[in-house]
Amino acid sequence: MAEAPLDRTTPPPDRAPTARLEMTDISVAFGGVTALEAVSLTVEPGQVHGLIGPNGAGKTTMFNVACGLVRPSSGRIAWKGSELRRLRPAQLTRLGIARTLQGVGLFAGMTVLENVMVGAHRHARSGFLSALFAIPTADKDEERLRERAMTALAELDATAYAERYPGSLPYPVQKRVALARALVAEPDLLLLDEPASGLSEDEMHELGELIRTLSARMSVLLVEHHMDLVMRVCDRITVLDSGKPIAVGTPEEIRANPAVTEAYLGDDVDVAAHTTEFGSTRSETAPTGTEGASA
Amino acid sequence: MSETQTPTGDPGAASDAAPTTATAGANAPSAGAGGRRSLLPRITLLRHLLVLVVGAAVAVLLLESTELNTNIKLGNVAYLAIAAGGLTLLTGLSGQISLGHGALMAVGAYTTALMLDVERSEEPPSLALVFLAAVAATTLVGALVGVAAARLHGPYLAGATLALAVGLPGLALYFSDTFNGEQGLTIRPPERPEWFTETVEQLSGATGRGLNDKWVAYIAVACLLISYFFLANLMRSRMGRTWRAVRDQEVAAELAGISLGAWRVLAFVVSAAAAGLAGAVLAIVVQLAAPGSFLPVLSLSLLTAVVIGGLGTLTGALLGSALLVFLPPWLIDLGRDVFDMEEAQASQSSFVVYGLLLVVTMLFAPAGLVGTIRLALLRRRAARALTRSGRG
Repeated sequence: MAEAPLDRTTPPPDRAPTARLEMTDISVAFGGVTALEAVSLTVEPGQVHGLIGPNGAGKTTMFNVACGLVRPSSGRIAWKGSELRRLRPAQLTRLGIARTLQGVGLFAGMTVLENVMVGAHRHARSGFLSALFAIPTADKDEERLRERAMTALAELDATAYAERYPGSLPYPVQKRVALARALVAEPDLLLLDEPASGLSEDEMHELGELIRTLSARMSVLLVEHHMDLVMRVCDRITVLDSGKPIAVGTPEEIRANPAVTEAYLGDDVDVAAHTTEFGSTRSETAPTGTEGASA
Repeated sequence: MSETQTPTGDPGAASDAAPTTATAGANAPSAGAGGRRSLLPRITLLRHLLVLVVGAAVAVLLLESTELNTNIKLGNVAYLAIAAGGLTLLTGLSGQISLGHGALMAVGAYTTALMLDVERSEEPPSLALVFLAAVAATTLVGALVGVAAARLHGPYLAGATLALAVGLPGLALYFSDTFNGEQGLTIRPPERPEWFTETVEQLSGATGRGLNDKWVAYIAVACLLISYFFLANLMRSRMGRTWRAVRDQEVAAELAGISLGAWRVLAFVVSAAAAGLAGAVLAIVVQLAAPGSFLPVLSLSLLTAVVIGGLGTLTGALLGSALLVFLPPWLIDLGRDVFDMEEAQASQSSFVVYGLLLVVTMLFAPAGLVGTIRLALLRRRAARALTRSGRG
């Protein structure tokens, strides 16, 4: 470990204890290939939950199930105590679940500010008629969204780019904008898909700090290759291998778990000793199993 | 989806380029997001009312300073521009294509014709009422088509809407008892009110029988201004931004809580309403609602106007429509007078030139007239920002 673990405070008392995501016995099959087999995962309110595993383990699939992009063939998902069933991603967002995309997925034809304002969609109040007749309340509503967006950009230190177009910005900045777009929705659960890819060491460190800060306001489900980041920021970690859960626990427990070590690297290697991208390490050595299933 | 957004250049180097996509010129920021100095007021209502008043003044000047013949042509521009305005919202903002807007115009035109089709002795219903009914009927048809369209993409949507353009006018032949088949329904033009005659006499001294056509041209232009007022309001609002989000990145839009289908249908309904009004205006300008007026070529012309003018901009839609009306006759005159062609020859070659112009525009200014200008402005602004940050 290059850096000491960040302060892991208990969730603040004002968190709604019901904002819990419970995924039970999730199975997903694409065609005949089983991508996930009876995976259970619970994200407690105010916790940062890591989801790791070698390439093709089914992390992204699990993630997509959580945000409604993939429908599980069996299993249950409960959010805030009620079951989510056949929901479209757009509906989940309204229930307080936001996510970032593995790429960046910014709207190329809009300024950074507008990108983030789109993210605030669920907080918009003015309707079609007030827009059609340009009733001044619609302007006020826009002003409110603008302020929200600027606040989110400020939190990610990106206000300077508000008027720029995403295509002209460096990749790490784009990632920050994408994160701001997810944050501006003020979700109760934030799903982060590989937020550290393409970031430098320093940027990754800042990201870790940010995620810990965010956990005071929301729970976070994190899919990430960079093991040191995961170990540093997560309260709990679920490890997948070939679509099956092989370990759940605190970072310390995971680091000490021989099954995890083996899944990643074969025998005799210490997980903690490796701080870079494990997934890519494995993809070179691992036999083809369900590799393509969750791609 | 998201992978397409990954920048191709060196991720460390910020190139300060403006966006280069063809639709980027369409992206005037929504009201809340526009942080730039402008002569126009920030409040959308004031801003657009101001433009409306200026537009009305320009329209009166144009109509009074030109001959009756041009008045009628301006009426043609008006109905094409209304439909093109709706289409530019649909295609430029929400990213759906429609080759069937001509058919939607037919719905508006036939509704108008049927409602105005009363005995000479009877008082026809007020024109405002007729137009509202035409818009309502077309909106309904548009909603039905829109629900189907929301599930289709790209060429499939183009095909389906083209089928609408080909098929719907055929209904007039099938139900020829109501719609009078190929001949169509003739429309009694609305009577000009007394105050109009007097006002125009004072303004430009025009009198006589042509005044009725002038009155119709005024109605057409008024409808154009009003419809553009509403369309501009929508485009500048949250609605416009949401549509652009749906167009640019489906997955990301959906993850922001936007129901793609509902927003696509909404865009289709809005543009159908515009097409309905356009059809109603066409009916009173042309004084005829017949299947021959709504051939698929009308739908294609609308799309041409929108693309040449610049996708997603109302100014572009207006310019494109004006070109559609004024360019072919001008080309014919040019061919006849300058190149000494026969009348038939000249009108044939005008199509060739028109087509060439299209090709050239698409090659050298794919963002259209307005889009290209806007892109150039964006680039200049970006360059200025770069020098400023270099100095500071």
